[in-house]
Amino acid sequence: MSERTTAARFEIAYRACLSPEGHLLGENPRASADPALLQRMYRMMVRARIFDAKAVNLQRTGKLGTYPSCLGQEATHVGVGAAMRAEDVLFTVYREIGTKFWRGVDMYRVLLYWGGDERGTLYEHSPQDFPFCVPIGSQMPQAAGAAMAMKIRGEQRCVLAFIGDGGTSQGAFYEAINFAGARELPLVCVIVNNRWAISVPVERQTAAQTLAQKAVAAGIPAVQVDGNDALIVHQVTSEALERARRGEGPTVIEALTYRLADHTTSDDATRYRSAEQVQAAWAVEPLLRLRRFMEQRGVWDEQAEQALKRECAEEVEAAVRQYLATPRQSTDAMFDYLLAELPPALHSQRDEARRYAAQRG
Amino acid sequence: MAKMTMVEAINMAHAWEMEHDQSVVVLGEDVGINGGVFRATVGLQQRFGSARVQDTPLAEGLIAGTAIGLAAQGIKPVAEIQFMGFIYPALDQIASHMARLRNRTRGRLTCPLVLRMPHGGGIHAPEHHSESLEALLCHHPGLRVVCPSSPARAYGLLLAAIRDPDPVIFLEPVRLYRFMRQEVADDGQALPIDSCFVLREGSDLTIVTWGAMTVETLKAAEQLSGEGISCEIIDVASLAPIDFDTILDSVVKTGRLLIVHEAARTCAVGAEIAATVSEHALYDLLAPIRRVTGYDTIMPLYRLEYDYIPSLARIVDGIRATLAE
Repeated sequence: MSERTTAARFEIAYRACLSPEGHLLGENPRASADPALLQRMYRMMVRARIFDAKAVNLQRTGKLGTYPSCLGQEATHVGVGAAMRAEDVLFTVYREIGTKFWRGVDMYRVLLYWGGDERGTLYEHSPQDFPFCVPIGSQMPQAAGAAMAMKIRGEQRCVLAFIGDGGTSQGAFYEAINFAGARELPLVCVIVNNRWAISVPVERQTAAQTLAQKAVAAGIPAVQVDGNDALIVHQVTSEALERARRGEGPTVIEALTYRLADHTTSDDATRYRSAEQVQAAWAVEPLLRLRRFMEQRGVWDEQAEQALKRECAEEVEAAVRQYLATPRQSTDAMFDYLLAELPPALHSQRDEARRYAAQRG
Repeated sequence: MAKMTMVEAINMAHAWEMEHDQSVVVLGEDVGINGGVFRATVGLQQRFGSARVQDTPLAEGLIAGTAIGLAAQGIKPVAEIQFMGFIYPALDQIASHMARLRNRTRGRLTCPLVLRMPHGGGIHAPEHHSESLEALLCHHPGLRVVCPSSPARAYGLLLAAIRDPDPVIFLEPVRLYRFMRQEVADDGQALPIDSCFVLREGSDLTIVTWGAMTVETLKAAEQLSGEGISCEIIDVASLAPIDFDTILDSVVKTGRLLIVHEAARTCAVGAEIAATVSEHALYDLLAPIRRVTGYDTIMPLYRLEYDYIPSLARIVDGIRATLAE
């Protein structure tokens, strides 16, 4: 009888299909043969980027609260959105503007949320999607719960949950993927590894070679992808969602990308990272390579580019106008959604808030 | 003496104690090269090295739990939770272990540590960045909960907190971080950690408050002094345990009590103060005790935050109502 010397082995695949120059790297993802999908993804990425720049600008001029830029992460956010079905449910952290846009959340709502107004969480087109999850990591067990509901009811729906590199240090992340693995829940978790948890680089966050391999301990298939490559993000997420839909359980995808902006508008990233690193990351940013690919395929040109930018700028301006023209909620809004019905004990507090709001005018 | 903000005074207290006590270490998210998101720990890693000033992974339960282990081993951790709204994952460590370690080991193991965090709203911050959750902590015997209201008190109370033999939760009112500059002597002198501070003496009524609400309360007293109304203002400062002697002496003198705090009203520290004053000084009261507090709602996003935080007008009306009865 041979002596056992290894208890387990693992390997994490790395997948990428689009080079920074916009050439296919061997793998032929399904989106590459679908010009309409390519254009739609690119359009959404440009939309996110133009919106994002405006949002930062609004904050700088005192018209928006603290805002976390998504600059540089558009391919991951949009690629995931494109892979989801409308009936799936999305859990995000707080930076995934491109996914929200794909799910039909309009710019106006995103502005409202970061503008300090809870009505920014009203998602007309994706009413089951959860709002942004600022506390980092706590969305994950909720996502597992939503996936469990789908499994209990035998539905062909899935949950897609984002988490950041920093978020994978939270206990809630492990609790959720462990449970998802044990129950084969229809959950796909996308770790957006943008390398920085505010000032802490991922290598100070964990000694693990990859974040994807954290899934190995939960018994879940895991893969690392180039998160600046919308095609591979779309491809791998689609495969994972299909697997989940077939009842084969969860997948963890680690998307390698880079936070090109400060953590939020309250942050100053020059305090903790070098200009050289940021410059190197700009060289592999996600928009240009998809545009080059589409141009090489003859499905995009300068004229289309200019038209898109004009269109996005107009849409952003309209959303900003609507946002700035939106009166703040009345103080009743603090009370209206606490419980299905406001308990009598709180009526006097609601009235007091009204009275002082009226005084303030 | 240098004039400085509260956040600078907090930084200076860290530096003094790290200089004079080699066992003091600082940990938390972004406390190292970034110096904390509010810059409370700025320069400490450069000065004292990365062994004594460590960035942690992004996990509040880890921060609180690690602090307990460090402290039981004789290191003195001064740990930062980035915003009080993020304390929930740490509550298991705080409530199940930090508050109980001395008691459950009959004094064999203790965890003298400081857990610092920004407290309250008013700076147009995002969701979960503006909470006033002191009641959650004060409800757990075995902890001290401290909340300074000026740069000098932040300096002296933080030193006291680090030197205290028990775990101290140190709440830093976020809108006071850079609200005013005050001369603070860097003399290593701690302030008493179990005493109220009388911020203004008066004879007509006692106002008990803490943290950032001291500012609006002092303004209200100043405004009404023109009408001959004399308010005594007490900064509770140590929310657990509370120095009731100072509060009761004042209430016996003035016969009236108004409590002002930013936290939601129900089951808050103000309720505890009202109950204790009722127990010990009911017959000295000339009017019912009143409270001006945050509402029993979720802390709203920032467009409504100043409708939630007690305003000058609400405090002034609270004073008048207490005096009218």
